[in-house]
Amino acid sequence: MSSATRRFTNAAMSGLTLAAALLVICPLLLIFGFLLYQGASAINVDFFLHLPKPVGEVGGGVANAIVGSLIMIALAVSLGLPVGILGGVYLAESRDRRLPWVLRFVADVMNGVPSIVFGIFAYTVVVIPMRRFSALAGGLALGLIMVPIVLRTTEEMVRLVPNALREAGLGLGLPEWKVSLRIVIPAARAGIITGVMVAVARIAGETAPLLFTALGNRFWQQGLDQPIAALPLQIYAYAIAPYDDWHRQAWAGALVLITLVFLASLAARLATRGRAIAR
Amino acid sequence: MAAESTAGAGTADGLSLPPRAVSGKRAALGDRVYTVLVLASVWLVLSLAAGLVVALIWESWEAIRSFGFHFLVTSQWDPVAGEFGALPFIYGTLVSSALALLIAVPLSLGAAIFLAELAPSWVRPPISFLIEMLAAVPSVVYGLWGIFVLVPWLRDWVQPILGRTLGFLPLFQGPPYGIGMLAAGMILSIMVVPYITSVSREILLAVPGAQREAALGLGATRWETTRMAVLRYGRSGLIGAILLGLGRALGETMAVTMVIGNRPEIAASLFAPGYTMASVLANEFTEATSDLYVSALVEIGLLLLVVTVVVNGLARLLVWTVGGPARGGRE
Repeated sequence: MSSATRRFTNAAMSGLTLAAALLVICPLLLIFGFLLYQGASAINVDFFLHLPKPVGEVGGGVANAIVGSLIMIALAVSLGLPVGILGGVYLAESRDRRLPWVLRFVADVMNGVPSIVFGIFAYTVVVIPMRRFSALAGGLALGLIMVPIVLRTTEEMVRLVPNALREAGLGLGLPEWKVSLRIVIPAARAGIITGVMVAVARIAGETAPLLFTALGNRFWQQGLDQPIAALPLQIYAYAIAPYDDWHRQAWAGALVLITLVFLASLAARLATRGRAIAR
Repeated sequence: MAAESTAGAGTADGLSLPPRAVSGKRAALGDRVYTVLVLASVWLVLSLAAGLVVALIWESWEAIRSFGFHFLVTSQWDPVAGEFGALPFIYGTLVSSALALLIAVPLSLGAAIFLAELAPSWVRPPISFLIEMLAAVPSVVYGLWGIFVLVPWLRDWVQPILGRTLGFLPLFQGPPYGIGMLAAGMILSIMVVPYITSVSREILLAVPGAQREAALGLGATRWETTRMAVLRYGRSGLIGAILLGLGRALGETMAVTMVIGNRPEIAASLFAPGYTMASVLANEFTEATSDLYVSALVEIGLLLLVVTVVVNGLARLLVWTVGGPARGGRE
């Protein structure tokens, strides 16, 4: 090939890959544009403070759904956080040959399991025995989605903690559990917070695993063993309903949801900005 | 856990621990409690994963026993008559995912190559950031956008044009509803692009610099270096990245449910409505009245689990061959 052809191919491929990169971010801009355009007009104070209005009445809000989402996120965190962090510390520090490999593989595969399958699991182990849909079942499904994410980030972050820190602690005669809990985990704190926030951002928007666990509710929550509303469920219900006012509220809800999700993602970024871990 | 190896030397790898001289009884107890807690969470994760499989098999046993292999190859889905065949859902899942990959793979690989190899360094962070944001958008928001923006656009513009120009192909025949397989494939492609892009980018960045230097030193252009020295080196990892995207597409639920039309039929045209395994779960689970109906739905869930576990397992192994197990864990 002549060098002119080669230079041309080089330029053409650079151009094509640039075009691909630009095309890939187009949908994001379009989605954001429409969310702001459609959602902003439907948001007002009522939207955050009131219950949904009955069918046919205009107005009302999604206050119960926001509270319901927060409750289920809290439930999920109380399962996902301790299990994920302890498992992650284990992955980073264990010198066993097989078990960490197995756990890492299981966690990565779990990370790819469709979220609706966790919903079915929560349905079979919580909803069927309790004979009703509940916040607990929804929280369990979300917690299961959270575990592998927290686990793998914690591992990565704990690996970054310099061995000298551990050795210093052990050299002073600290028992290992104190070295782990008081030295290693605090040193990796920023990174672990990032992992947790990434996981929260992910579960905050999950809809599928809540469809037949939390079920949704048009009223305030009535206890953890009762069906509960969630923002993504509410958006889904409004989006597929045939009423214009509900469509409007779906856009508004989506704008609120995506703002929450991005705030969580942003918090995740800020926690580790500039440094992988606190040294 | 390190606690067990304190008695021995543990000098072979990792941290070497001093013999326990100072620590008293209380510390030993603390270590034992801590070890038990850590191991308990490890086994909790493993047993939850195992429990997931067992629970799904248990709940779907009735359907497995009644229909056997026929479940996978018959297309009669009639809850009233108690006839359940999952073929239309399997077909819909496969076709929508294939369509998604067809659109997403060239775009994501192009974007990943641009970000890892060809772009000037100052454009990399903002574009990577935007692509990561795309991954953070919840599925239901994609669905909402799909219903009210993508579907009307397909119905009014894309499908009539495709019908006029390529209408001789059975793929592009029939009335332009907007909702249907094409809409599902497109929304899925938008959703899997960020996954494939970010994993492929990491794979490309993990390719040793010496590979590039060798090719550049021989006089290759940037693109030739990328094609011959980088892409070839990272090939298995890139296939892994695509499989990760496929795993996402197969199990994606909400956005697809909202735009695919939810009709259990097998049609040749991409304009026709379809149904996927995940959408039938989303739509019918709470309505399932008989035990057999629930059982058949759980069996679809089990199928979905098996397929995604196989795809993801394969993907992870391939990604690990390039980057090592520490990579590709976070998305």
